[in-house]
Amino acid sequence: MSLRATRRRRQSIFRWVVVTVIGLFFALPIVSMVEFTTRAPGGGRTLDTWATLFDVNVIDADYPELKTGILASAGLTLLTVAIMLVMLVPTMTWVRLRLPGMRRTVEFICLLPLTIPAIVLVVGLAPVYAWVAYFLGESSLWLAFAYVVLVLPYAYRALDAGLSAIDVKTLAEAARSLGAGWPTVMWRVILPNVRTAVLSASFLSVALVLGEFTIASLFSRDNLQVAINLLGKRDASIAIAAALAALVLAFIVLFAMSFVGARRRSPRPEES
Amino acid sequence: MGALLGVLPFFAYTAIFLVTPTLIVVVGAFLDGKSRPTLGNLSALAQPQIVSAFVHSVVLSAVTAVMGAVFGALLAYAVSTAREGGLVRRLVTSVCGVLAQFGGVTLAFAFIATFSSQGFLTLWLQKSGIDLASTTWLYDWDKGLMLVYMYFQIPLMLIVFLPAVEGLRPQWREAAESLGGSTWHYWRHVAGPILAPSFIGAMLLLFTNAFSAYATAAALISQGSPIIPLQIGGTLSSEVILGQENIGKAMALGMVAIVAVVMTSYVVLDRRTSKWLGR
Repeated sequence: MSLRATRRRRQSIFRWVVVTVIGLFFALPIVSMVEFTTRAPGGGRTLDTWATLFDVNVIDADYPELKTGILASAGLTLLTVAIMLVMLVPTMTWVRLRLPGMRRTVEFICLLPLTIPAIVLVVGLAPVYAWVAYFLGESSLWLAFAYVVLVLPYAYRALDAGLSAIDVKTLAEAARSLGAGWPTVMWRVILPNVRTAVLSASFLSVALVLGEFTIASLFSRDNLQVAINLLGKRDASIAIAAALAALVLAFIVLFAMSFVGARRRSPRPEES
Repeated sequence: MGALLGVLPFFAYTAIFLVTPTLIVVVGAFLDGKSRPTLGNLSALAQPQIVSAFVHSVVLSAVTAVMGAVFGALLAYAVSTAREGGLVRRLVTSVCGVLAQFGGVTLAFAFIATFSSQGFLTLWLQKSGIDLASTTWLYDWDKGLMLVYMYFQIPLMLIVFLPAVEGLRPQWREAAESLGGSTWHYWRHVAGPILAPSFIGAMLLLFTNAFSAYATAAALISQGSPIIPLQIGGTLSSEVILGQENIGKAMALGMVAIVAVVMTSYVVLDRRTSKWLGR
């Protein structure tokens, strides 16, 4: 018994040492960003940069590229999540119900982007996007088509875990025998049951889209990261503030997700 | 036949935006500017700057993978001893999730704020007489870039390796202790061998992660293209020498080949891991 107590105490010391040391390593750049963005010209502290960043009128007038970037990223986030859900949830459900033989193929395709670096995808997508621009125009919004491919592996894993946890077949058969059509089955039976999985797939997609730079920058389109990078050449202070704000936003999204994920693991999730 | 219609949209979409780009890269690597078959693009990979970019990329990825794996594994073990669902664990995993996925431009700017000639740490060290600003180490691939990469490698390691460490059952340790084994014996003969495949597997994943990364380097390095993703980016955004239009595709194919070898080893290892940890 005392052996275990000693070990627990030692583990606790070890934990605090490691978490503190590595924590300091990670805190350093964050602290530096805060310090850098609060410098006053004379040598004191000021919150001017942050006031500017949150002042919509000033951003609109002085930093139009940032405004364009934020709006483009917001649109891209919505469109990516929408396409991802509309395409994946019905397909994965359908494969489980009617085409179990195709599950391996669908899984392989969904995980394929993990082996293809984004920069390689850009090389291959260039001609495809020439066609997209021809049919749909040059808008940055169409980057969402490529982003769906980027989020495919993460979204697939999240949704697959959700669908594995419920008995899709029995639920669907029960609904069908009561006279429900396929759209009703999807919308009112399957979707509410995989709510948490849909949420975590969406959160992961949001984080990924908000952080995406490679494709947008090489296709010369606008998004948040491209705008921040461009801004950095002109006004380092505001660019670093914007980068930090985006990082904090992504952290809040993922931290919220850790609570959503935790609820799934509990044996009887409470109904809202 | 009717059932197949249900998966048609998915296959159509991935055919256009995933399979087609992949084929364009693979086929394009073997075509010249006038779409005639050639091996010229592949032999152009022997150009000194491309060879050194490949070497730099591999060394950068290997070093950051090994170091990231070691520190990330330490952190993962430390976090695994904390209470499940507790604040420490939740906070660390969320922070790591953000840094592993989000990196890119943000990291580059964080580094400029810390280590550039006007950065927080540089100015602070200057007061104590240490001068970091005299060299451009921050923008070198084997110094600054390596350090920046650690900021997404360690978090990724934590996320990938935590489930494996959590799979260690306390009973195994108790069994080792009841047989008179010390902590060293436990790690050497029980936990070490069980964790080894997932540790190496995670390290391979870290390698491909660093190897594929573009954004951080692109935002940080403005002169030259020391690593292969930047070289490929350069062929897309600048004027390309006549007859060498498809060298970018050949370089891309080279990247895919390296990633494919590493990922295949990862899948093989992952199967063994699953067997041991009963996942």
